Amino acid sequence: MKLNLKIWRQKNNKSKGMIHDYVLDGVEEDMSFLEMLDYLNNKLLNEGKEPVAFDHDCREGICGSCSLFINGVAHGPEKGTTTCQLHMRKFKDGETVYVEPFRAKAFPVIKDLIVDRSSFDRIQQAGAYISVNTSGNTQDANSIPIPKQNADEAFNAATCIGCGACVASCKNSSAMLFTSAKVSQFSLLPQGQVERESRVLNMVNQMDLEGFGACTNTGACEAQCPKGISVKNIARMNREYIMANVKK
Amino acid sequence: MLNSSIGRKLIMALSGAFLIIFLTQHLLINLTSLIPDNGKLFNIISHFMGNNPVVQFVLQPILIAGVIIHFTMGMYLEVLNQRTRQVSYIVYSGKSGASWASRNMIISGLVILAFLIMHFYDFWVPEMVYKYVEFNPLDENRYFHELQEKFYKGGVVKVIMYCVSFILLGLHLSHGFSSSLQSMGINKGPIKLITVLFSVLVPLGFIIIAIFHYTTTNIH
Repeated sequence: MKLNLKIWRQKNNKSKGMIHDYVLDGVEEDMSFLEMLDYLNNKLLNEGKEPVAFDHDCREGICGSCSLFINGVAHGPEKGTTTCQLHMRKFKDGETVYVEPFRAKAFPVIKDLIVDRSSFDRIQQAGAYISVNTSGNTQDANSIPIPKQNADEAFNAATCIGCGACVASCKNSSAMLFTSAKVSQFSLLPQGQVERESRVLNMVNQMDLEGFGACTNTGACEAQCPKGISVKNIARMNREYIMANVKK
Repeated sequence: MLNSSIGRKLIMALSGAFLIIFLTQHLLINLTSLIPDNGKLFNIISHFMGNNPVVQFVLQPILIAGVIIHFTMGMYLEVLNQRTRQVSYIVYSGKSGASWASRNMIISGLVILAFLIMHFYDFWVPEMVYKYVEFNPLDENRYFHELQEKFYKGGVVKVIMYCVSFILLGLHLSHGFSSSLQSMGINKGPIKLITVLFSVLVPLGFIIIAIFHYTTTNIH
């Protein structure tokens, strides 16, 4: 198949980027979207041109590295899928495909389609952990009874891969879905109770410091999240945050 | 807390929830004007609301403060949120998973604000002038006739303006009702169903009242 690619090219964080047009012939429908970009880059290298820079790592849909905004949607047109698991059979022969980086003030572009998502790392560092001394007498986790619903909801929240699609799709570039998933996965389990209040206060504070917007509950984040993280986690984080402030 | 992103949304949610409660009681009172008793019950309730000192000097200022807080915080959040994406997408499918109402609360909100100014000019300002500027004598039976007169004299244009505003109010509520609960940390139970019912029935009630008084007063 033949594609008319319109790809955002930007030399570095300081320069002003723009869309470049590429006509790519010979794309196979079984290629993943990243393999299609590999194919394009091979062609560009053979022509002595600079390849398109894009983020990728596991190519199994679990690392959260790939971060492309394809035809106006984070990770492209297939619901519940990361860009690496999106295949070219989802596109038509002759289709025009816009490829842009995830855009947010808190996700500055490093080069072409690669953005700096270290703001997510700093939010995690602010509280998404459990401080436990492993002195040798640690209780077997399986011996602690946890209600099934809590275990399921904590596990679902923990499936967040931190890709940033929620920020990219939100009209306010809000990181509430990501932060709430990280808060929820601990607040629902007994191991997370010790730092329950300080965790949510510190993580929300860091989220605001990074320059993400406020949540207006449009639900675009949940709709475009490749892991289907529910906005119910945002409601839970709001509750946790309000209660933590009341107890403070 | 109130200076955080969640705190600001909580202020929006609480002021919005307060306005929703006010809107409900406003509709219930106005619905009494449809009862075929020549406005008797409507006059009794309106007289109480217009002359009870608690309603006039405690609840009314709180209501006006609620409107101002909701509007000011809404505008402030809009400005802050606009700054979070310095370079816009060339192609952005914002509608993916997000309703028009949820993405355009500022538009429906501004239309409602414009309506409120018109509504205050129609009813609240003349009421304040009647009571506190001209010091007219108390008349317990004037409210129903004033209501009919407003819609009759305003003509079809005013009725259409009211109806369009109520449709925008419905859209605002269709997102705002559930969103306020979400911001307060409540996302359990049939919230979506209650939101849909409330955002359809309340504006519809106001539309019926406006059309009813315009058409029936016109006939007489």
